[in-house]
Amino acid sequence: MRVGIFICHCGRNIASVVDVHWLKNEAAKLKNVVFCEDYIYLCSEPGQKFICEKIKELNLTHIIVAACTPSLHGETFSRTLESAGLNRYLLEIANIREQCSWVHQNTPEIATKKALKLIKAALAKLTYAKPLTPLKVPMIRKALVIGGGIAGIQAALDIANGGFEVYLVEKEPSLGGHMAQLSETFPTLDCSSCILTPKMVEVAHHKNIHLFTYAEVKNIEGTVGNFEVTIVKKPRYVREDKCTGCNDCVDVCPVIVPNEFDQGLGARKAIYIPFPQAVPLIYTIDLENCLNSKKLIVCENCFKACGPKAIDFLMEEEEVKIKVGAIIVATGYDLIPLEALPEYGGGRYQDVITSLDLERLLSPSGPTGGVIRRPSDGKIPKSIVFIQCAGSRDPEHGRPYCSKICCMYTAKHALLYKHAVPEGKVYIFYIDIRAAGKRYEEFVQGIVEEERVLYLRGKVSKVFRRNEKLVVLGVDTLTGRTVEIETDMVVVAPAIISNNGGKALAQILKTPVDEFGFFTEIHPKLRPVESPTIGIYLAGAAQSPKDISESVTQASAAASKVLALFSQKRIALEPIKAEVDVELCKGCGICVKTCPFGAIKIIKKKKKKYAQVSKAVCQGCGSCMGACKFRAINVAHFTLKQLFSQVDALLEG
Amino acid sequence: MKLAYFPGCTLKTTAKKLETSALAVAETLGLKIEELPNWNCCGTVYSLASDDLIKQLAPIRNLARAQSFEYKTIVTLCSMCYNTLAQSNILVKNNGEKLRKINEFMSEEEDYRGEVEVKHFLTLFKEFGFENIKKIVKKPLSKLKVACYYGCLLLRPKRIGIDDCEQPHILEELVLSLGAEPVNFPYQVECCGSYHTAVKPEIVAMRAYRILENARENGADLVVTSCPLCYFNLKDRQRDVKRLYAGFKEMPVLYFTEIMADALGIT
Amino acid sequence: MRLVLKSETDILKKVEEISGQNVFSCYQCGMCSAGCPMSEEMDLLPNQVIRLLQMGAFDEILGSSTVWLCASCYTCRARCPRGVDLARLMEAVRLIVLRKTKDDYIPPARMVKEKLPQIALISALRKFTR
Repeated sequence: MRVGIFICHCGRNIASVVDVHWLKNEAAKLKNVVFCEDYIYLCSEPGQKFICEKIKELNLTHIIVAACTPSLHGETFSRTLESAGLNRYLLEIANIREQCSWVHQNTPEIATKKALKLIKAALAKLTYAKPLTPLKVPMIRKALVIGGGIAGIQAALDIANGGFEVYLVEKEPSLGGHMAQLSETFPTLDCSSCILTPKMVEVAHHKNIHLFTYAEVKNIEGTVGNFEVTIVKKPRYVREDKCTGCNDCVDVCPVIVPNEFDQGLGARKAIYIPFPQAVPLIYTIDLENCLNSKKLIVCENCFKACGPKAIDFLMEEEEVKIKVGAIIVATGYDLIPLEALPEYGGGRYQDVITSLDLERLLSPSGPTGGVIRRPSDGKIPKSIVFIQCAGSRDPEHGRPYCSKICCMYTAKHALLYKHAVPEGKVYIFYIDIRAAGKRYEEFVQGIVEEERVLYLRGKVSKVFRRNEKLVVLGVDTLTGRTVEIETDMVVVAPAIISNNGGKALAQILKTPVDEFGFFTEIHPKLRPVESPTIGIYLAGAAQSPKDISESVTQASAAASKVLALFSQKRIALEPIKAEVDVELCKGCGICVKTCPFGAIKIIKKKKKKYAQVSKAVCQGCGSCMGACKFRAINVAHFTLKQLFSQVDALLEG
Repeated sequence: MKLAYFPGCTLKTTAKKLETSALAVAETLGLKIEELPNWNCCGTVYSLASDDLIKQLAPIRNLARAQSFEYKTIVTLCSMCYNTLAQSNILVKNNGEKLRKINEFMSEEEDYRGEVEVKHFLTLFKEFGFENIKKIVKKPLSKLKVACYYGCLLLRPKRIGIDDCEQPHILEELVLSLGAEPVNFPYQVECCGSYHTAVKPEIVAMRAYRILENARENGADLVVTSCPLCYFNLKDRQRDVKRLYAGFKEMPVLYFTEIMADALGIT
Repeated sequence: MRLVLKSETDILKKVEEISGQNVFSCYQCGMCSAGCPMSEEMDLLPNQVIRLLQMGAFDEILGSSTVWLCASCYTCRARCPRGVDLARLMEAVRLIVLRKTKDDYIPPARMVKEKLPQIALISALRKFTR
């Protein structure tokens, strides 16, 4: 064993506290050390070249780098070893910066002695290190996209066009998400369905995309390259292979209920499609509202009316198991309900509606055929008050963040209303205007100038009903006056929250969400579409509030990550995995219970019961190693022998 | 379980009606209420300053006395007393240092340990059960449209509020159980003007006008309240309202316990 | 009239100490002013008072009637999205003025001479006098 030690100054970060020269001299005296030198910046190109040259020149077999944290440059130095022909697992990094010079700035003598101990500990661990090779596991080059909104659709299309199969799972009966509910999108005022539907149809017809609608992900096992996913298909009671989308069943259905797609402002029957351009064009029976139940059929109207005989009340929930190599989460957002805003009536007043409700009123295929009408009496409002920031930027109620899209869509709504009712009066209460995207600022200013919309800077403290009108009590902080407005309709911009809280799906995926339920990215600036779990990527509003152009961008970004992953047929897994010493193992099963990833099983072979680790699933966390009473399981590169010898080195003298 | 009743200064004089009706109702419901012996004025408003500890003496002394007589709960009627006692109680429960200083200063009293609870009569009635009250109603107040006015201090700040501060419903539930009909009343949590009645009665008149007109717009026959100051501002100041706003018609204002007494057949 | 901004005055520190609030938490949304029952009688709105405190312009606040028109109804506190307790800030300004001038804002002699419920009189005395 010929050990080389390289001590980094890290400029003044280490050298100003630790006496690197003393350290170098002391470390050179340690057993098996044939070379020990200090250098100003080891991570630089000349620094790495230096290490490489010395390895070749002196035939070094094991390397210690005493520098900054391995999280920062562990990969850098591992590659340096490899380029010099050494196995990367014969490297140990002694962190004499974050764990030494940075935290003991006031006691340099102690810091220097500690640095030597850290090097000794690294040497002890290195003594028992073995060269390891990454495991190459065959990768299943198929992807799963969870969520069929614009982000999910875009991601699925990009991966499919890249030549790989995609499973797209959407929990509603149709693709489209919230974008399908919108009337027109800012700032171009394109008709939302017109730009979305072609993509939805492309997904449905793409030979590489397997579409599951009215389905949810129930369980996920495995790891990147080899996920086993269980999908639950909810029963539609309409056979997908027979339904032609002719609509005859709807005409005869006697049950009328509020339509969720229309935000409850319009109606549908118990057998329905959510909207005319639904993809797939297959009807669904909402059994809860249907007159029939699983055990009793009392109404057969749709059954009799259906030509192709597609109605089947005996359909059951179906489980489908698939195997994929990568997963993209694109589950989208929701809005807080009016009940969470008691100052604005808490849902009591019919003419106080949310922005999404207004989208349905504006939509030509909506409940009012695209005419803005008051839900209470159907009259066209002569004035509207818009309230921005309703529930957002509100730490008191647990939502300190900005919902990002409301300033823009409120301006859009003001514009669309003025187009429809030119003499109508619009008031918008705001705190700040956030119009940072391309041509967004011009869009907003144009509306203020040309449509003569009155923007009032201040919040509204109360909305209530007086006879036929709504009274709004707010303030204009710029003139310093409280204001009172009597209006026909109030539209609030509710805070954006993660769809279904995100937490349930996060548990299944074993990937983290933040305190608001939005999926966490591994680094917000440099890696915004990757979750900390390898193989799981994020796209769209599931990660944080954002508009359509950003969602599409993220979706393509996530897809590109998946395509990069799929560029190899096999995936290399880090060999830092648990290994069982079959002689010592008693088959007690404690490790099985301790493993958070379910990677261990007890098997019986030739009358011996012992634990077996699935290398593909094992994440090398070491929990099993800590739990085993018999010291029978070890994580490679962090074996018990290595760890104990490190501790001994730290504790001696 | 005995409950200590804290009347507060006003209930013994100008708001005697509130006390008599409330105690009569409590007796009918079988609640054991005894007046706290040797109580003193609570101070009316909770001191909002961090460096004015002496102003906490008045409310805490009452709590210490209740504790010394082995009462676990103080019930009160006046919203201002409720607000002051409850907020002071929370302050000393969360701040051991301040409690220690207060106890030290009040050397003649037993050391307050923070174990007494402050409750308002409405919470008491709710715990008794509005359905149970409904059962013993003798004269249901049918066809009576009641606007339930809460004012400020029963509901705010939120930590001592007896109900939600934007959309409370405890009074409405009570009114329903008496057989009457509570009306939708958006101004039910708007301030009446409070102590400005002593310095600028016109402001109070303006607030009373708004609140009463809103009640009237929503079809109320009368307004009920709990606080003696709100009662004064909404009822007695109506003569100022009439003076300043032409065409204003009188609106009856009663304490909630008065209509309870009526419904339960107590005279 | 131009406001000359000086560096943080002691008065702001005193206000924050007495009230226990950080005036820089306020982002001037105006929710407090919108809900304040007395706001239409005030010359400066409650959120403007906070703004002037943030800017250190205590003299401007002294000349206004705002803090004295406050009814301590806590509506501002209940609705503020940033959790700023304005009721305490108003009280802090009142106390600083009363302690400094060593005089009543409104002496008892000038209070209404009708028969009032005691709580009205006592609370008025607590808020407006030494």
